[in-house]
Amino acid sequence: MSTNYFKEDISTLHDALVNKQTTAVQLTADTLAQIHAKEDKTKAFITVTDDEAKKQAAAADAAGISADQPLAGVPLALKDNIITDGVLTTAASKILTGFIPVYDATVTKRLKAAGSVLVGKTNLDEFAMGSSTENSYYGPTHNAWDLDRVPGGSSGGSAAAVAAGEVVAALGSDTGGSIRQPAAFNGIFGIKPTYGRVSRWGLIAFGSSLDQIGVLSRRVKDSALILQQIAGQDENDDTSLPDPVPDYVAAMAGGVQGMRLALPEEYLGEGVSQGVRDAIEKAVDTLKKLGATVDTVSLPHTKYAVPTYYLIASSEASSNLQRFDGIRYGYRAQDVKNLEDVYVRTRSEGFGDEVKRRIMLGTFSLSAGFYDAYFNKAAKVRHLIQDDFTKVFADHDLIIAPTTPTPAFKIGEKVDDPVTMYMNDILTIPANLAGIPAASVPAGLVDGLPVGLQLMAKPLGESTIFKAAAAFEDATKFYEQVPTAMKGEN
Amino acid sequence: MNFKSTIGLEVHVELKTKTKMFSPAPVTYGESPNTAANVIDFGFPGVLPRVNKNAYRLGIMVALALHAQVTHDTHFDRKNYFYPDNPKAYQITQQERPLGTNGYVEINVKGQKKKIGIHELHVEEDAGKNTHGASGYSYVDLNRQGTPLIEIVSKPDIASPDEAYAYLEQLRQIILFTGASDVKMEEGSMRVDTNISIAPIGSDKLGTKAELKNLNSFAHVRDGLAYEEKRQAQVLMAGGEIRQETRRFDEPTGTTILMRVKEGSDDYRYFPEPDIPPFHIGQEWIDEIQKEIPEMPDKRRDRYVNDYGLPEYDAGVLTATKEMSDFFDATVKAGAPAKQAANWLMGNVNAYLNDQQVDLSATALTPEHLAGMIKLVTDGTISSKIAKKVFQEIITNDTDPQQWVESKGMVQQSDPQVLIPIIDGVLDNNQQSIEDFKNGKDRAIGFLVGQIMKQTHGKANPQVVNQILVSELKKR
Amino acid sequence: MIDRDQVAHVAGLAKLQFSDSELTAFTKQMEDIMAMADQLDAVDVGETTPLYQVTDLKNVFREDKPERWQTREQLLKNVPEKEAGLIKVPSILDNGEGEA
Repeated sequence: MSTNYFKEDISTLHDALVNKQTTAVQLTADTLAQIHAKEDKTKAFITVTDDEAKKQAAAADAAGISADQPLAGVPLALKDNIITDGVLTTAASKILTGFIPVYDATVTKRLKAAGSVLVGKTNLDEFAMGSSTENSYYGPTHNAWDLDRVPGGSSGGSAAAVAAGEVVAALGSDTGGSIRQPAAFNGIFGIKPTYGRVSRWGLIAFGSSLDQIGVLSRRVKDSALILQQIAGQDENDDTSLPDPVPDYVAAMAGGVQGMRLALPEEYLGEGVSQGVRDAIEKAVDTLKKLGATVDTVSLPHTKYAVPTYYLIASSEASSNLQRFDGIRYGYRAQDVKNLEDVYVRTRSEGFGDEVKRRIMLGTFSLSAGFYDAYFNKAAKVRHLIQDDFTKVFADHDLIIAPTTPTPAFKIGEKVDDPVTMYMNDILTIPANLAGIPAASVPAGLVDGLPVGLQLMAKPLGESTIFKAAAAFEDATKFYEQVPTAMKGEN
Repeated sequence: MNFKSTIGLEVHVELKTKTKMFSPAPVTYGESPNTAANVIDFGFPGVLPRVNKNAYRLGIMVALALHAQVTHDTHFDRKNYFYPDNPKAYQITQQERPLGTNGYVEINVKGQKKKIGIHELHVEEDAGKNTHGASGYSYVDLNRQGTPLIEIVSKPDIASPDEAYAYLEQLRQIILFTGASDVKMEEGSMRVDTNISIAPIGSDKLGTKAELKNLNSFAHVRDGLAYEEKRQAQVLMAGGEIRQETRRFDEPTGTTILMRVKEGSDDYRYFPEPDIPPFHIGQEWIDEIQKEIPEMPDKRRDRYVNDYGLPEYDAGVLTATKEMSDFFDATVKAGAPAKQAANWLMGNVNAYLNDQQVDLSATALTPEHLAGMIKLVTDGTISSKIAKKVFQEIITNDTDPQQWVESKGMVQQSDPQVLIPIIDGVLDNNQQSIEDFKNGKDRAIGFLVGQIMKQTHGKANPQVVNQILVSELKKR
Repeated sequence: MIDRDQVAHVAGLAKLQFSDSELTAFTKQMEDIMAMADQLDAVDVGETTPLYQVTDLKNVFREDKPERWQTREQLLKNVPEKEAGLIKVPSILDNGEGEA
């Protein structure tokens, strides 16, 4: 257990592999040991693929790791709503009990092709529906800064695994903040790319027009390196964008000198804690010192983002989740008498309460007589929300804002109050509705808990985000901090 | 009381593509269960649809052939319902903005022409097959899942079972001529659902509809509708009420049987398919497809009657299939007189096809060979008796008729220089027949022709022989 | 506002069932959620068109070239009940036919 993920990043690991100071097999063995040592605390993984990982590592060593393969031999984790051929994929739901996929997600395929070693599948809110990773059939994941607190969600497993030093980086998915919010709660970097930038082929769908795969890592550059590999058009996803993928690592250079930043007043309103406001104020000062200008702007429809999002995402989800019917894969209820029984009992026993709430909300808002008032009305408001962003980006390079209204809350604190839980996503949801790229970069501690600075760019503006995030990271060096509950570990 | 009927038809036609509507799995017929499917067809978690361009193209082609307006800005929608043969529990279809609207088909029932409107037509994916087995189980094969379909919905213009039958015949023929589908009811590449309501004549209100299913032929559609007309009239006459119900046609009894009573309308929760970007179908593509559409049967029939002077009946028979009609046109183009080409195709060729149970394309016959053979007959090179032999040869082997009759020595002898000495020789040896002829006994001619044919081993051209014989006799 | 009967009706559409006490709890939560959703009543959308997708992509098509991906064995690997290459499911109660 010699590899210390609180100190290493993908570039240092890569150098060590290329210079033969270590091997992929050794690195993988270290990583698996880290995971097994820390899982008692974090419970970040649903499945750790020891045997598969060792085989992939041996193959990477055998193929040889050259300087132009930045991810070769590097162990990474995937959120368990990303399909992996031959490896249990559950979406943290009972309804996918025992499901072994027979194909790979495009991101899985691309990471394998890059020579990465996939060490396991991380925990999430069931079907990515939630903001705390408490809605998992496999139990909650714990925040590495305070084990009594949630890691955020739904990519809480990926965030906790990175924060706790179990892996250097992990993939997540973000439908309404599911990468950025857990990144903020765990003091790491997380980026949700532009909708369509990364193929959704093999991502178990939640809200199809909102879902996007992205990366969580301690260091900004590591996310840039991974996004470089997974981004780009895919013939298996008709909604993937054909635009060429820029060199994200190269884009990190240059700093924020002369950058025009916008701070929307609606993102610092009621409900955003004083601690978070102070942290953002400090971040604004830092960015100004680095040479950026910061204007206060308005995104007037922000307050409608939460209902808009919940109607659209739940409507799409209600349809996407109908395929889980107990017939072709996964869980099927026992002692069923007829087809109706297969459907109703499988689904009622197989889905958790939060998933059922969303299915119910979505089914209702699409049903006869309610479509215009709910689903379609939400789609129109979504247009207004997108227009708000377009106006601001006409003369700004980035929008900056807090990622979350508060730092991580306690496990169990909000679990019975769905509306309060939903309101927690107010600052991350608008970027999904508009389809724009957004990231969270650590912005310090509030009462010992990390908070995030959110950076939003216009469509395909990932390079601008990486540039600003790299400058901010360099100025603040938050990555040097080891999470409280992990002190003394490596 | 007298009633009028209002009939609606929903026709599903499988488009003739190599792959499925939303997956690259092959479209097959009769393959082993669940072998012509992939993870998309099985609705695995994480899969996404990929739209088949050719299927959309064929959809536009059918829309144009049915005189419909092609929708420029359109998208797919999801129709949500649970069924074992519907693996995603939603069907990807076009609800809000169908591919085409406002078309028509012209029918002719007992000499009366009528336009039947088409409300809309759209492309969508077919379901798999669910077979009900014994012991309370059913069995699902997803080979058919995702096969491209076009659904064609008529306007309520159809007023009788005969009109419904004629509409289906016309629709089938038009689609057949576009080449977009095989439109075979027996293989399921054309499927028909219908609904019918009746109302007292003079009433401006429509009656309650009954839907009919399990209609395996056009005749079943006609018979089922005719039965429904009677049944509904009886119910109303007896003071009863028509319920909104789904009934199935029962072939052995020719009646319809209640399947289920519908309570309210189904709630399919349609919404725009988020996994497929919308479409803007440009006029350029529509024009391109329009040019690819072959001439339709009604146009061909007009042409056959007006340009070739064929009877309506012949024009109808020749346009029964596109293959036959194309063959006829090519035969005429190769030089055959239209009426003779028509006679051969409707007579000997159709008889052969029926006898052998094959399609025209499965024979060796080419339009050039058929035209060549007809030419041999018209120019007197062969007799019509020999022509039958030539036909047998050219329909079974790729043989040039001219070369074949020459090599077989089947060419008729029509040259007077050759025939006169033979005829003179026969006359020299049959003085009695000459006497008989001069005494007015026509029978003598027959005898003499027989003798001449014997001498020429049947190769003499009988018409030429007759002419020469009469003039030679007069010389004696 | 959504009532208990509507919640039960929607559950039927979604193929979910709730016990009496679950239905009571769900109805309360659905009321709260729908009250949140009803905030949109306040938005004057005017002539704004609905936004269903955020990319400007149009006319994404695939060529009609067949590909064989999975074997039947792979496709049926996760099926709970199967027989002779077919997926086996308990029959429905009524004798309704499939939809097309």
